[in-house]
Amino acid sequence: MSESFDLVVVGGGPGGYVAAIRGAQLGMKVVCVEREHLGGICLNWGCIPTKALLRSAEVLHLAKHAADFGLKIGQIDYDLEAIVKRSRGVAAQMNGGIKMLLKKNKVPHIEGEAKISGKGKVSVKGADGKTTELVGKDIILATGARARELPHLKADGELVWTYKHALAPNTMPKKLLVIGSGAIGIEFASFFNELGSDVTVVEMMDRVLPVEDADISKFAEKSFKKQGMTIKTNASVTELKKGKSDVTCVVETKGKKEEITVDRVIVAIGITGNVENLGLEDVGIKVDRGHIVTDEWGQTGVPGFWAIGDVAGAPWLAHKASHEGIVAVEKIKGVKGVHPMDKGNIPGCTYCRPQVASVGLTEAKAKDAGYDVRVGNFPFIGNGKAVALGEPEGMVKTVFDKKTGELLGAHMVGAEVTEMIQGYVVARTLESTEAELMHTVFPHPTLSEMMHESVLDAYSKAIHF
Amino acid sequence: MAIEIFMPALSPTMEKGTLAKWLVKEGDKVESGDVIAEIETDKATMEVESIDDGTVAKILVAEGTDDVPVGKLIALLAEEGEDAKDVEVPSDEPKKEATPAPEAKEEAPAPEAKPAASPAPAPTPASASGDRIKASPLAKRIAKQEGLDLAAVTGSGPHGRIVKRDVEAALEGGTAKAAAAASAPASAPAAAPVSATEYGPHDDIPYREERLSNMRKTIAKRLTESKTTVPHFYLTIDCEMDKLMAQRKDLNAKLADSGVKLSVNDFIIRAVALALKKVPAANVQYAGDKMYWYERADISVAVAIDGGLVTPVVRGADNMGLAEISSTVKDLATRARDGKLMPEDYAGGTFSISNLGMYGIKEFGAVINPPQGGILAIGAGEQRPVVKDGALAVATVMSCTMSCDHRAIDGAVGAEFLAAFKGYIEDPITMLL
Repeated sequence: MSESFDLVVVGGGPGGYVAAIRGAQLGMKVVCVEREHLGGICLNWGCIPTKALLRSAEVLHLAKHAADFGLKIGQIDYDLEAIVKRSRGVAAQMNGGIKMLLKKNKVPHIEGEAKISGKGKVSVKGADGKTTELVGKDIILATGARARELPHLKADGELVWTYKHALAPNTMPKKLLVIGSGAIGIEFASFFNELGSDVTVVEMMDRVLPVEDADISKFAEKSFKKQGMTIKTNASVTELKKGKSDVTCVVETKGKKEEITVDRVIVAIGITGNVENLGLEDVGIKVDRGHIVTDEWGQTGVPGFWAIGDVAGAPWLAHKASHEGIVAVEKIKGVKGVHPMDKGNIPGCTYCRPQVASVGLTEAKAKDAGYDVRVGNFPFIGNGKAVALGEPEGMVKTVFDKKTGELLGAHMVGAEVTEMIQGYVVARTLESTEAELMHTVFPHPTLSEMMHESVLDAYSKAIHF
Repeated sequence: MAIEIFMPALSPTMEKGTLAKWLVKEGDKVESGDVIAEIETDKATMEVESIDDGTVAKILVAEGTDDVPVGKLIALLAEEGEDAKDVEVPSDEPKKEATPAPEAKEEAPAPEAKPAASPAPAPTPASASGDRIKASPLAKRIAKQEGLDLAAVTGSGPHGRIVKRDVEAALEGGTAKAAAAASAPASAPAAAPVSATEYGPHDDIPYREERLSNMRKTIAKRLTESKTTVPHFYLTIDCEMDKLMAQRKDLNAKLADSGVKLSVNDFIIRAVALALKKVPAANVQYAGDKMYWYERADISVAVAIDGGLVTPVVRGADNMGLAEISSTVKDLATRARDGKLMPEDYAGGTFSISNLGMYGIKEFGAVINPPQGGILAIGAGEQRPVVKDGALAVATVMSCTMSCDHRAIDGAVGAEFLAAFKGYIEDPITMLL
């Protein structure tokens, strides 16, 4: 049997389910195919459950420092199993929410593996072995991505983990080595470090969180080291020698080799798109380095086929996937005023301690792009709310184009910065200059005042520092 | 809830205006359609009608206030059943409708790059649909720095908002360049056309000071812009008028009953329009990297009015008979003198005529009304000695001087146009062909 739809969405992650709902809102007949969990990696094995874990780590951290706040708490301990259970519970709750949202929008959800079976056609093989044929005027591929592995860095789920294993750890490693210091690697490093692991982070680039501004990386690295992490930059793991219950890692730093033996290893060296077994090549959809090639609207070049989210390339962020989904659907429907996403305005957030958040160009990238810049900095120590919270470590950095006053980028490290970055994102989306930011009244006492002060500082007008 | 009355945009390019007069006072009852205020824009005085019924609770902008930005709250009406005394001024008053007010204030000392009352037929897409130019702060700033006229830029942001990429595209020679060039001073060096207080008064001579009207400011700005950025050259030709005078007398006698009285100027408008059709190369507009060739002759006629002049347009004059031209001009001139012209009456125009013949001026060179390519200055028709067949004779002669924008019209084209014009004037029967 086959059924016809206006839109077939392959993948039920934050790109796919958002695209499906938007399509339904626009009056399209939509179906969403998902092979595993609605909500995708983000909700089930990524953003959300890691935030739940990190929240446990944060509460533990606060409890450990209760005395600093004048509180007396006796023996403090944790129960890893309970922490993981809570994390899984949060994911399950949100997953149920997506089911309801799809139902509310009358989007049927088919469980199974989808494969393109021709132009405008997808066949879905269900878990029960039954095949369903779907016909769609347009088909959006939102199949996501998975952890990248290398031949010598393969996860086994026992001793060597990817994020997925690390989210439901089989043991609490006494010693842990994390390969890669991007958002995923550093969040797990932060979590396990807080819980008492002896954590070593190996980063190939010259600094941790290499996509962030150099000042932010430097600040974060210092903080991680203070918390007891070992950070090895300009380094790579060349070999993993697995023992019975431990792994000996050969780490090469600037040509010098050393061996580090740990209980567990987390491989977080990037991700690769889920492009296999989809039948892409049969219809001529181009794939480049593990990702589907698209234009700014998500069009693959093969009429009727679109790709969004992780499978369509960097940055691999849920909010980017969702936005791309909406843009693609509105483009399909011909909604007036639809615009491609401005990738320069996608914020990035990392939930380690201290948190890191940014949008736009780093100072170095701005200079490389030929801008004459004005840079503002404001430290957490100069902010009353930060000191009252007991979070005096952090900074807010802003980068402006000297000529036009355009806010080129904003970079923050410290408590709650992930909740604040959208202020700068709005400013950038509205194309505010320093003048509008300066004229904005920020409430006192809040951490957000530092966002104001940083702008003022770029023009040598900061008041509190 | 009080009814808010905002400064209206009376033309697509209007950004601010003078609140010339309130015709109501606080406490007055008004009905929908009542004229409540007069607003002076750069070219005309216009009436503001109330859209609602109510009682005038508060007048927030005093009579005579200059540069009131479009969208500013100017008054509050108490609704029926509402006590006018209870009406409160909203706290976000100056920002209502997100007018560009604060921006405008900051920019006040610098003259705007945009000729506010540009009669340019050039498209103004960004503002065509609404009252004000929607642009991001960054786009505005870059446009200002680069001297780009935002009115000529098409916005690609939400709701047609002009954003950085639009300004950059325009600067790179995209959509707006032509129009930007059309409003000549855009990127030209003469960015400061009228400096307000360049010279102080002579203290030893008694004088009185008078504030410039918006019209005077516009005249100053636009003509400075024209004379400093448009390369003018002048061509003068003499036309014998005797035949035309006779024919006019004849026609007017026939028209006596209909109430139409043709003036010499009506003949001149028709002759110019026909000559432009005959020599289309003179009915053009220079626009940076291209030229616009107009296929209709819209003749702007300079009309002196109290305190300045305006140039209402006789549209499609090439397709109008003398009687129609006559009544059109009469209507426009009357409304011009009464300050009742609507923006559509003076916007556009492809060529101008300025006639000072009635003052006995023999000949003069007029300043081009940008972005038009030319203007014809008409002197007095007077009896002069002329040589005919080797003998001295007397004829009624009128000297006409054409000012040409040399970027658009070369000498030979101008001469060709004048020859055609002379042909029609000296043998007016051919205007019937």
